[in-house]
Amino acid sequence: NNNGADSGWEAKAVEFFKDHLKEKEARTLVPSLNDVPLHYLKPNSLVKFRCLIQDMFDPEFYMGVYETVDPRLKAKVLRCGKYRDVTECGVDFNSRNTVTAERQTFYCVPVPGENTWVKDISSQARVVPSTSYAPSRQKRSYEEDDDMDDMDTQPQKQRETHGGSQTHSEQHHGNGDCKRQETEAPSNQTASASHLDLNFPLPGEKGPSCLVKVYQDWDGFKLNDVLEVFGILSVNHTTSYSSSSLLDPADSMETAEEQRVHCPPASLVPRLHMLYAKPLPHNNPLLPPTGLEDNSAFLSSTLSEMASVRAELLAYFTHVLLGDALAAEYLILHLISTVYARRDVLPLGKFTLNLSGCPTAASYTERLYQIIQQLVPSSFYLPMSLQNMNQMRLVPKKDYVANRLVSGALQLARNTSLFLDETQLEQGQLDTTGVRNVTALGNLISWQKVDYDFNYHQMEFPCNINVVIASEGRSLLPSDCQIRLQSQVAPAHMDEYLSAVHMHPQASSQLNKFRMYLSVARQLDYSISDEVTKSVEDDFVDMRKDDPQSVSAEDFHRLLVVARLLSLSLGQTSLSTDTWSRAKHLDMLRTSRMEQHKCVNGNEP
Amino acid sequence: MSSPTSTPGGRKRDRNTNPSTPSSDGPTSPPSQRRRGQDSSTGDLMPMPTSPATDMLSPAAAQDTSLFSSPRPSVLPNEVDMSSPLMYGTPSSRVEGTPRSSVRGTPARQRADLGSVRKAPQVDLQSEPAGADGAVASESNAGQRLVIWGTDVNVGTCKEKFQRFLQRFIDPTSTEDENAGLDLNEPLYMQKLEEISVVGDPVLNVNCLHVQSFDAELYRQLICYPQEVIPTFDMAVNELFFERFPDSILEYQIQVRPYNALKTRNMRSLNPEDIDQLITISGMVIRTSQLIPEMQEAFFQCHVCAYSTRVEVDRGRIAEPAVCRHCNTTHSLALVHNRSAFSDKQMVKIQESPEDMPAGQTPHTTVVYAHNDLVDKVQPGDRVNITGTLSQHVPGVHPNRPPHIPTGIYRAVPMRVNPRQSNVKSVYKTHIDAIHFRKTDEKRLHGLDEDAEQKLFTEDRVQTLKELAAKPDVYERLSSALAPSIYEHEDIKKGILLQLFGGTRKDFSQTGRGHFRAEVNILLCGDPGTSKSQLLQYVYNLVPRGQYTSGKGSSAVGLTAYVMKDPETRQLVLQTGALVLSDNGICCIDEFDKMSDNTRSVLHEVMEQQTLSIAKAGIICQLNARTAVLAAANPVESQWNPKKTTIENIQLPHTLLSRFDLIFLMLDPQDEAYDRRLAHHLVSLYYQSEEQMEEEFLDMAVLRDYIAYARTYINPRLSEEASQALIEAYVDMRKIGSGRGMVSAYPRQLESLIRLAEAHAKVRFSEKVETIDVEEAKRLHREALKQSATDPRTGFVDISILTTGMSATARKRKEEVAQALKKLIQSKGKTPAMKYQQLLEDLRGQSETAITRELFDEALRALADEDYLTVTGKTVRLLA
Repeated sequence: NNNGADSGWEAKAVEFFKDHLKEKEARTLVPSLNDVPLHYLKPNSLVKFRCLIQDMFDPEFYMGVYETVDPRLKAKVLRCGKYRDVTECGVDFNSRNTVTAERQTFYCVPVPGENTWVKDISSQARVVPSTSYAPSRQKRSYEEDDDMDDMDTQPQKQRETHGGSQTHSEQHHGNGDCKRQETEAPSNQTASASHLDLNFPLPGEKGPSCLVKVYQDWDGFKLNDVLEVFGILSVNHTTSYSSSSLLDPADSMETAEEQRVHCPPASLVPRLHMLYAKPLPHNNPLLPPTGLEDNSAFLSSTLSEMASVRAELLAYFTHVLLGDALAAEYLILHLISTVYARRDVLPLGKFTLNLSGCPTAASYTERLYQIIQQLVPSSFYLPMSLQNMNQMRLVPKKDYVANRLVSGALQLARNTSLFLDETQLEQGQLDTTGVRNVTALGNLISWQKVDYDFNYHQMEFPCNINVVIASEGRSLLPSDCQIRLQSQVAPAHMDEYLSAVHMHPQASSQLNKFRMYLSVARQLDYSISDEVTKSVEDDFVDMRKDDPQSVSAEDFHRLLVVARLLSLSLGQTSLSTDTWSRAKHLDMLRTSRMEQHKCVNGNEP
Repeated sequence: MSSPTSTPGGRKRDRNTNPSTPSSDGPTSPPSQRRRGQDSSTGDLMPMPTSPATDMLSPAAAQDTSLFSSPRPSVLPNEVDMSSPLMYGTPSSRVEGTPRSSVRGTPARQRADLGSVRKAPQVDLQSEPAGADGAVASESNAGQRLVIWGTDVNVGTCKEKFQRFLQRFIDPTSTEDENAGLDLNEPLYMQKLEEISVVGDPVLNVNCLHVQSFDAELYRQLICYPQEVIPTFDMAVNELFFERFPDSILEYQIQVRPYNALKTRNMRSLNPEDIDQLITISGMVIRTSQLIPEMQEAFFQCHVCAYSTRVEVDRGRIAEPAVCRHCNTTHSLALVHNRSAFSDKQMVKIQESPEDMPAGQTPHTTVVYAHNDLVDKVQPGDRVNITGTLSQHVPGVHPNRPPHIPTGIYRAVPMRVNPRQSNVKSVYKTHIDAIHFRKTDEKRLHGLDEDAEQKLFTEDRVQTLKELAAKPDVYERLSSALAPSIYEHEDIKKGILLQLFGGTRKDFSQTGRGHFRAEVNILLCGDPGTSKSQLLQYVYNLVPRGQYTSGKGSSAVGLTAYVMKDPETRQLVLQTGALVLSDNGICCIDEFDKMSDNTRSVLHEVMEQQTLSIAKAGIICQLNARTAVLAAANPVESQWNPKKTTIENIQLPHTLLSRFDLIFLMLDPQDEAYDRRLAHHLVSLYYQSEEQMEEEFLDMAVLRDYIAYARTYINPRLSEEASQALIEAYVDMRKIGSGRGMVSAYPRQLESLIRLAEAHAKVRFSEKVETIDVEEAKRLHREALKQSATDPRTGFVDISILTTGMSATARKRKEEVAQALKKLIQSKGKTPAMKYQQLLEDLRGQSETAITRELFDEALRALADEDYLTVTGKTVRLLA
């Protein structure tokens, strides 16, 4: 067995997995931690996990290659310590062949705010039978079982030939027993979950979090990246912290708190040894998981439909937004916006929408959110009530005692829709936390960054979050674009109308069309030709000539973003003069509405 | 080793203690292959032939030592091997004996920092494969090539080399503050030894770079085998010291503390190859544990006969003697805690400094153990450079095994494997044993810390920077590279560029004037939405020590410093705020106008004296806050009113405004050519690809390096012509005003000019301030004044707007109105009280110019100040 002596096979094996996982069928064959309960998954098998990197722990040194001695036979065997948590019995610590290697651990959580429709659709796609097993099966069958489901996935077969599978099956002997204890007591999970904080960014989240062990190129990953990790699942109780094995606290390097966080029970937080990870540009299961460029067929078919889907969506939104077509236009633009680049500190492409004039009756804002929730892959509703602002932890904070990053509600994956409900805000006193939270929201909107609190200093993490603020008057937070909602519905009929909005049955195929439309529009490339550039510039100069006050540089910034989003929403990948004038028209309508409102209500700036 | 007073018997006996003890089959005595320390004893005694066989063959000698395996019995006064050279020979430096008469029984202190747990159970040598040991022995016989097992370190040579280093090393260019007061042309470390003999603090800090420049080979050995080499150094130093100062009395033997190992590492780049090497890493202390007493030696007493014995703790484990050697009772010995020997240990957690971090990742942390007198040397929040050795621990093999057993993977620690334990966690724990702490921000409280934050530039980089500096248009290039996404505002960018470079630091404390401010303060005012915040954000992101606060969200406390009581230790802790944190950097304050007066008032001291005084909760101190302030303010009326002065527009106290060197207005210029350029700029900003953008402008990293280099290395001084030019400029500025009966410049403006000129010279990498620098400073200053200090009533630049808050014409007007009012009242004759409204109307009727209510109020106030009248509600009463 030359497991450790030569690392050539190892690279080959990983390469092999990567190659095969690129094929669509292979990907779907791998069971996902997101939708298969942990106790149905076999330990030491290949699984995938769609997750967000919530925290990065310190790198750890482990036995990359080690030697074991069989006491009876006195035979020494070299073994590979990669992709596993524990070693075999009889490790010879004195062996000169031992190689220390380094790996990195990421604490990963499911994508925060992932909506149920995403979960439902992705779990429908999974292949259940071959990869899961009944938890009550006999111990004896372990071996056969093992082979059986390993063989199911083609890669595993191949691995045999690489000589690596020996490690794989041997591993089962070692920790089969422990695994059983874990799997046979799934009822413990709920009990222990209550006292263990799994550090989800958003309150009320469920789902397994995972310690992902990364073996190479960990510098390439960033905090808050959304990944699909393919790796070997390890559920071994020896890696968990337990109070019985508590060492003398004075001698221990880590505090009990730290132990608990870094070695949570494996039944709750499984370990995943990464073979391969793919950054996900989006988490919409209706779209091909890779970039759009690779799927020209898919792209062309959707592009042709875009204009018509847009019209339907516009009608739907107009209906939802109390008959206000202009607001509906802006809502579409907002939902497909994304920060596509940064120029020094300036994020380009962000389009924060302030929907003012929202009726407070019949919890309109909540209903509006529910509709958005149905359409975007991940979203979060944040009622800006005084209590929430003063008490909620928005900004992640480093906890030095436990040595982890305590998550906050603003630790979100890219393109998550954050719905701020300012109608919930009442008069009152904001305390220190409250001021800090409001500042954090302001920074998020203006610079698309969150300053994580590291106690002794702050660290800036760029983000890409779509913020929409629903308010009665103008929001106290900054925004890129404010639109006043003009209700076509008489206040008397509001309740009735609203309940009808919600009842409005949308066929799921229709919804899927909308969902796909929004995600695709966001991914499209965009360019602007030289002629159009010229005419746009001329336009700006002309506008300024008439009345210099009318268009400031700031307005021009916004116009350019609106034009971009408008083109994309129509499925056009480059700006036409037509679209430009349409964008100008939209913005003019919007500003005139604001002026109008200003006249009515002189106080509002 | 000049005079070994060794008795071979003692050595042998000591060696043989363990095999004869019952503990030999206990957990402490498994066979080991990694006893390097052991062999060194032979190395030290060379050219004595070493043969394990002879040791084995002297069981008689073994009898007289403790049966209970005390390999280090020398602390007991009755031990015969007090002066055994073996003690020195064991480079694990666990020796307590004083082998030489000259060392005079100065006890050696255990060096827990070198991994005390690594100490040698003496049995190991014997269990060593005969082949290996024999090889070493024969080698030594062959020709003095005896080395410590597993290394290439020859103790004798190493010691000799180090002594030579100590005696001869001279560093005439040394600038370290540790060497202050030493004669730089004399051997540096001999002076330090002399200092030790006087002061009595037996610690010798050795700069590794000195070792390297003196003897590269020795340095390499030090880096690669610190656990062996440092004790050898200790030995060498003590021999030398007691030779030279035979009469001095030290508390314990001198310990060598190397620091500044060249491999100063980022925590992120630590990897398995660094294990057991000497490394220096920098970081920030985030947590310190309480003091942990670590037992070094256990004291046992027999219940039956009161016979006592000591057992050394070996790898965290005490081999409890089973049989009393004196009365032969079994299991009669009990541990007496308060007679056991303990050493101090503290766990310190350090975290990467934010500067070293790649974007988008979280900082790494590392555990450091501080031993003995290094305990409590650092506090959470300190920035430190730690020199130490990286150790790693084998994962939990045995649940009862103490967790901190350092082992190198290439020389694994002997360990009994529990046969029942099926498998273990394959992860090692790692930590660093600190040998030396050096606080990098220590000197911040007193004096400059230029060298502490000195950034190391590679030759290439310096070359690039110099090439850039040689370009004639470097000033324009740099200013356009600043915040390229913000359009135009060239002069403002130039001003900020000069602020980033700063003036030259001057110290006149000798002549009583104190420090001169070298930092340039800038205020930006203007309409909302003119990318002021964006500019601030950019600067904040550019400079390494920048702070960004918003006037709205910050309190005086957040800006300055506050005293906090640590809930655990009840200790008062000074927490510093943004201004102190940005010492030597730039503090960006947005929404300056929204700041409360109280908060703003703390800025007065900071912006001129560059210090911050705290008198709170019994802590009275003055902190340095040499920060440049870049502030942005919005006009009070949301839109800039061109008919009003700057002061009236932003409503800031003039005392504060006069402390800004440059005050710029960021207004929207309105002409077609500008609009066209702006439109083009914006469109390309949105639609150009990244690469195109980068081609056009200097990289932010280059800019950052350029500034750092200039700030560190360039200290321009005024040339003769430049001084003349400055004088002329100042006189000219004064003249402008004097023609109209007003003062248009104050000494503060002259100081500003000097600072700006110096900064401009720095931009050119010039050590001399020349006329062109003064010209640019003048131009920029004039531009800023033109924008901010123009009296809207007269159209003239009037500096008094900024210095007194009111233009000279306005003041004149106020006086005139007051006089007119006085006349009016006097003309009314003896009326002790008048109606306010009536009086205003009368005055209006009389005056040919319009009199506003404010003007009238001011006139009334002026008269009230003269004690001529008093205003109560709506009536005006005459006094006297």
